[in-house]
Amino acid sequence: MHFPRDHGSHPEFRIEWWYITGWLHAKDQDDCGFQVTFFRVRPRVPADNPSRFNPEHIIIAHAALADRQLGKLRHLQRAARQGFGLAGSDTGNTRVWVDRWQLLRDGQQYRCRISERDMALNLVLDTLQPPLLQGVAGYSRKGPQGGSASHYYSLPHLRVSGEIRIDRTARTVAGEAWLDHEWSSSLLETDAEGWDWFGINLADGGALMAFRMRNRRGGTLWAGGSWRDAGGAVSNFKPDDIRFIPLRHWQSPLTGAKYPVSFEVLAGPFRVRLEPLMDDQENDTRATTGAVYWEGAVRARSSGHEIGRGYLELTGYLRPLQI
Amino acid sequence: MIRAVWQALVGGPLRAAPGRTLLAMLAIASGIALGYSVHLLNASADTEFRRAALQLSGEAEMLIRGPRQGFDEALYPQIARLDGIAIASPVLEFQASRSSGEPSLKIIGVDALRARELQPMLLAGQTLPAADLFDPDNIILSAVAARTYGVAAGDRLDFRAGTALVTLRVAAVLPDGSHRLPLGIMDIAAAQWRFGLTGVLHRIDIRFDRDAGPAALRKSIGALLPEGVQLLTPEAENLRSAALTRAYRTNLDMLALIALFTGAFLVYSTQTLAMLRRRNQVALLRALGAPQGTVLGVLLVEGALIGAVGAAIGITGGLVLAQQLLAAVGTDLGAGYFRNLQAALHIEPATMLFFMALGTLFALMGTLAPAIEIAGMPPARGLRAGDPDEQVNAFPLLAGITAIGAAALLLWIAPSTGLPIHGYAAIALLLAGATLAFPPVAIRLLKLARLRLPLPHALGLSRLLATPRLAAIGMSSILVSFSLVVSMLLMIHSFRTSLDTWLEQVLPADIYVRAAAGGDTAYLSAAEQQRIARIPDLARIEFLRSRSLLLLPGRPPVTLIARDPGIGGFAAALPLVGTPAPLPENGPPAVWISELVADVLALRPGDPVRLALGAQPQTHIVGGIWRDYARQNGAVVMDLAEYRRLTGDRQINDLAAWLAPGVSVNEASGRIRAATDDGSALEISTTAELRKLSLEIFDRSFAITWALQAAALGIGLLGVWLAFNAQALARRREFGMLRHLGMTRREISAMLAGEGALGAAIGAACGLFSGVIIGLILVRVINRQSFHWSMDLAIPWLPLAALFAGIVFCAAMAASAGAALATRQEMTRAVREDW
Repeated sequence: MHFPRDHGSHPEFRIEWWYITGWLHAKDQDDCGFQVTFFRVRPRVPADNPSRFNPEHIIIAHAALADRQLGKLRHLQRAARQGFGLAGSDTGNTRVWVDRWQLLRDGQQYRCRISERDMALNLVLDTLQPPLLQGVAGYSRKGPQGGSASHYYSLPHLRVSGEIRIDRTARTVAGEAWLDHEWSSSLLETDAEGWDWFGINLADGGALMAFRMRNRRGGTLWAGGSWRDAGGAVSNFKPDDIRFIPLRHWQSPLTGAKYPVSFEVLAGPFRVRLEPLMDDQENDTRATTGAVYWEGAVRARSSGHEIGRGYLELTGYLRPLQI
Repeated sequence: MIRAVWQALVGGPLRAAPGRTLLAMLAIASGIALGYSVHLLNASADTEFRRAALQLSGEAEMLIRGPRQGFDEALYPQIARLDGIAIASPVLEFQASRSSGEPSLKIIGVDALRARELQPMLLAGQTLPAADLFDPDNIILSAVAARTYGVAAGDRLDFRAGTALVTLRVAAVLPDGSHRLPLGIMDIAAAQWRFGLTGVLHRIDIRFDRDAGPAALRKSIGALLPEGVQLLTPEAENLRSAALTRAYRTNLDMLALIALFTGAFLVYSTQTLAMLRRRNQVALLRALGAPQGTVLGVLLVEGALIGAVGAAIGITGGLVLAQQLLAAVGTDLGAGYFRNLQAALHIEPATMLFFMALGTLFALMGTLAPAIEIAGMPPARGLRAGDPDEQVNAFPLLAGITAIGAAALLLWIAPSTGLPIHGYAAIALLLAGATLAFPPVAIRLLKLARLRLPLPHALGLSRLLATPRLAAIGMSSILVSFSLVVSMLLMIHSFRTSLDTWLEQVLPADIYVRAAAGGDTAYLSAAEQQRIARIPDLARIEFLRSRSLLLLPGRPPVTLIARDPGIGGFAAALPLVGTPAPLPENGPPAVWISELVADVLALRPGDPVRLALGAQPQTHIVGGIWRDYARQNGAVVMDLAEYRRLTGDRQINDLAAWLAPGVSVNEASGRIRAATDDGSALEISTTAELRKLSLEIFDRSFAITWALQAAALGIGLLGVWLAFNAQALARRREFGMLRHLGMTRREISAMLAGEGALGAAIGAACGLFSGVIIGLILVRVINRQSFHWSMDLAIPWLPLAALFAGIVFCAAMAASAGAALATRQEMTRAVREDW
C-alpha cells in the first residue's frame, strides 16, 4: 500500500468505505458511542448514458450516536449519486462527501462534518499511530476460495475532539476512535450470509481486530484478525486462531432480527468478553444501503477487567447480506 | 294550547291530505338532491386532485417549476448548494407519448436517493432493489397505469421519444390506491437518456434547513431562477392543478344552487297555498284565544319540519344520484376534464349537515311570509266564508323592482376576472325580482287590456283578474322555471353556434397530423418535415410547433403556438375578436394572444408583451386578440419562422395539409406516414372528424344541464298543478253554481284549462323576458369571467317557441287535472257548502 494515495478513493473497485467508530465523553454526561461511515458504491449501470445523473458512483453516508439514555441509536443517513459536485470521492487523499457531509484528510488530521436538522457532528480526528495493514500487507482474505478479499487498513487510537449537536443543544466532546478503510470488488463468497467484526482500542495503546465470515448455516466460513501491541509489533491471526462464542442474544422488536450482542472471543493469546454499551444498537439503513445490521459500542473485558473499548458489527442476521 | 293548535293546523290537514305536505317535501328533496349530488361529485374530484398533487410534491416545502419543456439542469447544483437548503430533489415530469396510439403516460423521473426524503410515499413505501431502481430499461407503474394499458410486472411498454422508439420493462406495479393517477416512475438518469431529455429538469423540490430564514432564502433562490421558472409552495402547486377545473366546478355548484332555489320557490308556493287554505282554521283558533305567537310558531315549526324531512330525503337521493353519475359519466359529469382520475365519493358529515340546514332554511323562508300574514290576520276577516279577499299588494312589486335594481348594480360593479360570483348573485336577484314584480304588473296590464273572450274563457279571465294572488303563484312557478330553461338554452345554443363557426375558421385544411395522440415527447424532426414537404399529393402544408410558456403569474403555463401564418396572414387565419393593430414595418415581431391572455394581462392590440423564448426575453407587440375555445389556460400565436429564429428549435408537433386535387385522404395519409420515421405513431384526422369530435365533447359536457332544465320544468308544472288544486277546493261553490246554471263538467274543465293556459302564457312570457336577460348574463358575464372566451349571441327561436307552446299546453292540462277533484263533486253539496 502507498500512502497518502491509498487514503484516497479507488473508483475502479465496486465498493469502498471509510468507517469510523469510537467512544466519546462530554462534561457531566455518560460516555457514548459514535459511528460515521462513508460508502462509495458502483451500481451496474451502462457507462454510455450521457446523463449527468447517471449513477456510476453512489456515495452513502451514515452517522449514529449510541446514547444509553435514549436506549437506541440516533441515526442519520444521506445518499446521493456522484455528480454536479454535490457528492463524490477524491483519489489521492481522503475526501469523500455528500452535500454538507464530509470526511477530509488534511495532514495528520481527519475532519469530519455531519449536519442535519436533528443532529450534527463536527469532529477532528488526530492520527497518533501509523496505519495498521490488515491481512497480508493490506490484502485481507474473506473466504476459503481466495476469490473474495478486500484491501484493508485500520487507523486505531485516533484522538477525537469537537462538537456534537442534538436538536438545538451543542456539547463539546472528546474521545478515541478507530478508522477502517476497505475497498473491494468481490467481498462476499456466494455461501456467505454475513459477518461478525470487532475493533478494540486497547487501554495499553495496542489494537485488536478480529472478524469471522458466517456461512448460510450459521457456521464459520472464514476468520481473520490482528493484534498490534503497544510497542507496534503486529501479529496476524490465522482462521483457526479465532473463535466467536455467543453469550447472549437480543431480538429487535422493530425488525425481529436476533443478534448475539455479547461474545466470548478467542483470538490468538486473547480471551475477551465483549459487552455492549446497550442492547439496542440496531442500525436500519434500508433506505440507503438496503441493509439492517447491528453496529454497537462495546467494552472488552478480560478476567473481569476492562482492557479496551471499541465497536462490534453484526451483519446478515435479518437476511443474508447483499453487496 | 300548543298541542291543540298543532292538532288543528298541522295534524288534521296532514291526515286529511298527506299528499300536499309530501309534495312540499319532495320539492325541497329534489332541489337538495340535485344540489348535493353535484357538490359531492365536485368535492370528490377536488379531493382526488389535491391528494394526487400532494403525493407527488410530498413533504417538500417549496418547489421550483419550469415550463413544459423544462429548464437547464445546471440550476440544480446551484440550488442544492445554497445555504439553508436541506434537500433539493431534481424531478423530470412529462407526458410520454405511446407509439401505439394509446393514451400518453405521465412519467416522473426522480433521483430516488433524493426523493425518498421529500416524497416518502412516491414508491408507496415499497423497497425495491437498487438494481431495479437504477436500471435504465425499467419503469415502475401505478396500479391505474398498469390497468390502463393492461400490463403487469415484467411486461414491456413502448413509448415514442422524438422519432425513436423506447421500450421499457415494467419493473413493478405499485399497490392499488397508492397513486390514483396513471403514473410511471423512472430513474432520473434513465428518463433523461431514454426520452432525449439530457440536461433538462422540470421541477426541483426543496426542503429548507430548520434555521433557515425562508424570506431571505426565497430571495436568493429567486435570484438564481431564469425567466419562466418559478418558485412555488406545494399549496400553490395544488391550486395550479385545480385551477384548470375551478371555473367549471364553480359553475356546476352554482347551477346546483339554482336548482335548490327553484325547489325553495315551490315550497313558498305550496306553503302560501296551504296557509290560504287554513285561514279559517287559524281565524277560529285565534277567536278561541290562541295567541298569535303560538299560531305563528306552530306554522313555522311545521315549515321547518317539512324542510328537514325533505332535505333528509334529498341528501339520500343525492348520494344515490351521485353514485350513479360517478359510475356513468365520472366526476366531471362527462366534461372530460378528469378523464384519468379514479375517484371515490368523499362524503363529509359537515357538508351533509350544511345541505340539511339549507333545505330547512329554504322551507322556513318559504313559510315565513305567508305564516306571518295569516297569523296576523284579524280573526273576524278570516272567519268570513268564501275566497280570501285579495288585493294586489304593493309590497312584492316594490321588493321585486328593488331586487332587479340590485341585480343591475351587481353586474355594473362585477370584476372582469376571477370567479363569477357577482354574475350568479345577479341571476338569483333577478329571478327573485322577476317572480315578485312581473305577475302583478302582468295582471294590471291584462286588466287594462279588457280582453273579450268567449264565455267559459271570459269567466276564467275574470277569475284570474279577481284573484291576482292565487294566479300569481301559478304564474311565478312557470316564470322561474321557464326563465332558467330559456337562459340555459340561450347560453348553450350561443356557445354551440359560436364553437361551430370557430371550428370552421380554425380548421381550414383538409387533414391534420399530430406527431402522437398525446404527450410531450413526440415531434417531427427537420428531416421528416423536409420529406413531408416534398410529397406531391399535398397542395399546401402548414407546420405548427406548440410548447408551453409560463407567462401569467400564478396560473398554469399558456400554450405557445408557432405556425405558418398562411396565405392571408394571421389576421385572416385566426378567429379574431375586434380589430387587429396596425403593425409597423420595422417594429418588434407580432404575437397574437387569446382572450384569456388579453384579460389576465389587460393587453390590447398594439401593446408590447415580453416573452421568454430564447436565451434572452424579447419584446413583442400584440397583433390582435383571438377567440380560443380549445386551450383553457390561454394561448399565444406567433410566426414559426420568427420562433425558429429566436429559439433555433426546428421540431414541430402538428401540421395541417391541403390535398392536391383528386388525392384521397387515405393516399395522403399513407404518404405522410411513409415520410416519417415512425409513421404508425402519427395521429391523422380529417377536418370533419375533428369537428365531430369537438362537438361531441361539447355536447357531453353540457349533458348535465339537460337534467337541470328538465328538473326546472317539472318543478314549474308542479307549481301550476298545486295552485289549481288548491284553488279547486276553494272554488267548489263556484263550480257548483256553474253546473247549476247549466255548464257541463267538460266546459268547466275547459274553462280551467283556459285559465291555466292564460296564466302559464303570461308566466312564460315574463319568463322568456327574464330568461333572455339571464342568458345574456350567462354568455356575457359568467362565461367570459370563468373561461375568458366570448361568444356570439344566438337565440334558438324555434326550440323556444316549441317550448313555450309545450309549457302552455302542459299548464292547461295541469290546471284541469289539479281542479279535477273539485269538479267531480256533487253539485248540490258544493252549492250548500259554506265553510
